[in-house]
Amino acid sequence: MNAPNKSGWKPQMEVADATGEAVTNTGNRALMLEEPLLFEIGHAETTGVDLPEIDPAAPSRLGGLKREEPIGLVGLTEPETVRHYTRLSRQNYGIDLGFFPLGSCTMKHNPRLNEKMARLPGFADVHPLQPVSTVQGALEVMNELAHWLLDLTGMNAVAMSPKAGAHGELCGILSIRAALEARGDAREVVLVPESAHGTNPATAAFANYRVENIPATPQGRVDLEALKARLGPDVAAVMITNPNTCGLFEPDLREISDAVHEAGGFVYCDGANFNAIVGRVRPGDLGVDAMHINLHKTFSTPHGGGGPGSGPVVLSEALAPFMPLPYTARTKDGVVHLIEEEQADDFAREHFGGEMSSFGRMTAFHGQMGMFTRALTYMLSHGADGLKQVAEDAVLNANYILRSLEDLLHAPYADSGPCMHEALFGDKDFGNGLSTLDLAKGMIDEGFHPMTVYFPLVVHGAMLVEPTETESKASIDQFITAFRSLAERAIAGDESLKQAPYFAPRRRLDETAAARKPKLKWEAPEA
Amino acid sequence: MRYLPLTDTDRGEMLAKIGAKSIDDLFVDVPEVARLDGPIRDLPMHASEMAVERHMKRLAGKSTVAGDVPFFLGAGAYRHHVPASVDTVIQRGEFLTAYTPYQPEIAQGTLQMLFEFQTQVANLYGCAVANASLYDGSTACWEAVAMATRVTKKNRAVLSGALHPHYSEVVKTMAKFTGDAIADSAPAIQAEPDNAGLISRIDDETACVVVQYPDILGRITDLAPIAEAAHEKGALLVVVNTEPVALGAIKSPGEMGADIVVGEGQSIGVGLQFGGPYLGLFAVRDPKHVRQMPGRLCGETVDAEGKRGFVLTLSTREQHIRREKATSNICTNSGLCALAFSVHMTLLGEKGLRELAAENHRLACLAADRLVKVPGVSLLNNSFFNEFTIMLDGKPAREVVRALADRGVLGGVSLGRLYPGVERLQQALLVAVTETTTQDDIETLATQLEALIKEDAQ
Repeated sequence: MNAPNKSGWKPQMEVADATGEAVTNTGNRALMLEEPLLFEIGHAETTGVDLPEIDPAAPSRLGGLKREEPIGLVGLTEPETVRHYTRLSRQNYGIDLGFFPLGSCTMKHNPRLNEKMARLPGFADVHPLQPVSTVQGALEVMNELAHWLLDLTGMNAVAMSPKAGAHGELCGILSIRAALEARGDAREVVLVPESAHGTNPATAAFANYRVENIPATPQGRVDLEALKARLGPDVAAVMITNPNTCGLFEPDLREISDAVHEAGGFVYCDGANFNAIVGRVRPGDLGVDAMHINLHKTFSTPHGGGGPGSGPVVLSEALAPFMPLPYTARTKDGVVHLIEEEQADDFAREHFGGEMSSFGRMTAFHGQMGMFTRALTYMLSHGADGLKQVAEDAVLNANYILRSLEDLLHAPYADSGPCMHEALFGDKDFGNGLSTLDLAKGMIDEGFHPMTVYFPLVVHGAMLVEPTETESKASIDQFITAFRSLAERAIAGDESLKQAPYFAPRRRLDETAAARKPKLKWEAPEA
Repeated sequence: MRYLPLTDTDRGEMLAKIGAKSIDDLFVDVPEVARLDGPIRDLPMHASEMAVERHMKRLAGKSTVAGDVPFFLGAGAYRHHVPASVDTVIQRGEFLTAYTPYQPEIAQGTLQMLFEFQTQVANLYGCAVANASLYDGSTACWEAVAMATRVTKKNRAVLSGALHPHYSEVVKTMAKFTGDAIADSAPAIQAEPDNAGLISRIDDETACVVVQYPDILGRITDLAPIAEAAHEKGALLVVVNTEPVALGAIKSPGEMGADIVVGEGQSIGVGLQFGGPYLGLFAVRDPKHVRQMPGRLCGETVDAEGKRGFVLTLSTREQHIRREKATSNICTNSGLCALAFSVHMTLLGEKGLRELAAENHRLACLAADRLVKVPGVSLLNNSFFNEFTIMLDGKPAREVVRALADRGVLGGVSLGRLYPGVERLQQALLVAVTETTTQDDIETLATQLEALIKEDAQ
């Protein structure tokens, strides 16, 4: 009974014996160290900085509102602080540690040169409201980055201020809304494919549009005829992701754009998957009117455990006059200008031959400068030739994974032709009530970060695998072998997967209990 | 290319496995019209690390570095000393190159940090619950207005005239599209904010009142009467704070009755960075409002073996579950900036934060006292923390700021920059002073200001 099966996996009891029973005095296991909460080890009187003691007799002009009660903060000295966070960091998986094929998220290597450049004082230690003459270097970075984005997308203008992908979507949709309203056209509907990222319908709803779904064909693409039939004077925009979230290129996008334009609407393209086509296809050639670019995906700025991102939006000529302020532009004399509200009209008249009708302001300052420097550093490193190779290797890696697993795993669109930068599988052949979640947790034990699970919603138990271009063939081969072993176990109904992971810092966490009685803040235990 | 591990041999083998003759076979779905025949023209080809570094350093050299000159800018972004260990921690690959913690078993580092961060923010603000961060203070301000609309089922927001004008603009921009009604005005130039005027604008249709604390002119006012007036009309009080260090010295908005407290966290751990990435903080005083909050929340739970662990929770509020019915469209937030904030706040602790606040206030008092000795300069504020407004008698402050920059002093933010066209504000200059300001810096500013004023008088 304890013999390893074909995949080399041993039954659960042995695993538990090997790892679950050993007891240490501290609860630690060699390099796997438990770490208490900050509030359990810190003290209100401890600090890791050396500042002057407070002089109680010092003058105070705080309007009589001195904070008298304890704040409820604790401190650690510097060595304790560094150790606390170093120990926490070791409970995290990151790209630096291993393969991170999280579909739709483009977890590629984050070059350290980017980090170094972003920390140059001429970028990092500059205030957003310094006189424009003293921030020319920062503005030039924005302008150079904008130039790259426009050339890579074949578009006409770029709004740099959006802070992340979803914020960029909002920027694009609000530009569309402003353009429509400027011509007195009150449209109410935004069409979104069923397979879209959740941010798409959320964005359209936030901009007060009614969201309607666009049906897909059995081949996983937008149903062109159904879409055409739905177009009309009430449709403001169509939001499309290309390559789409099933990992397929939408070959009809040009035709879709033409039809949408003919019906008086605009085409918004979700640029989350731009990594598949960067340097090979320009969305502007496909009739797109607006597209956000996740610099934290395609252009390798780090995800940081959930941001910060950056979502500049490229716009067509029709939408450019409506983009948010502030924006930057270089004039013929080579000087980069920061265009704020007061100069916008004059500048537009002088340099763009028209009035500015900006829809407003999206954020306090000019955008994610720290991400701009990183992205520009990355673009300059790759160059136009390297970026094209990025797309090609990303697509090659994904197709290699698709064709190495399709004989075993349900691959709903394997017959639809080559995939782009991600391969999509489903769990319909799994036995014994096992699901995608179980396989994903098994993958954790194998030392990989799981793929994206249960997205897109159109595939049962979806598993979306995005290898990116920064994995070696050896790394991908190891992943394929492990994935096949897990898939075999899942199809055979190996119930031990239901308890996976066994080797992570934590076993499965009770999310239901967390939501039922939310505990969102540390409270001192009652004495 | 140094970031691409595949060799041509690998590529050949992989194409063979796929059954494709060339890479172009994988792009067959791209229509003819959109196929490019080679690398995009007009863009440079790849470059070595050394060459890229040279280029970027040349650009960086074209800006004036705040730390190199006497520096007095604030207005929503403050220059503070960030301990070296903060950057060391945030550059650890396990934090830097992790994703949003959707797989909690291998993301306890990020999750525990977020739980600690939420606790720090909630306590700093005097609130019950804080979220795991938003983009920045201005977008957090809009999210607060949108949340107040959901909670009160009313859609009229009253903005204080002394709210940062860029924050007001963000709110007004978003409101144009969502059908919310916004009422605001530029601040009056007076020593105390016009609380009576603000209160008089609250009526039964009001969803929320939005007040900045300390306000855009640096003034500090008791929020309790505004909270009371808002609550009487069934409205929420939203308090915006752009300088979290201040809350080491002055009462928290929560203890004065604010319902939603939002702000910019950049001061702690993040740095100036020419405006971003920054850190949006968002908290609520009453835990019953938690299900209307935007953004991610980290909660405590146990794993299958009963060990304490943390997960993202209440995600049925969020776009990836609720789609068009979500409380916000936000996805990526400001995770790494939240880490920087949390590490810096841990280094400070309660003692360090209070000392830091006291030092900021001490130096600001010194600066205010010195600057009013310059002929033609007067202080507007009765109260302030580390930023105050001075009036330059008969001088447009915007031109003064530019002239000071030519003399190597970054002397503050002119209200003319923030409120172009508002005549009464053109002579006002906002001056911020932090622990990084030296007495020499203050003396230089005073001397240069005096020289400029004299020059003009002649």
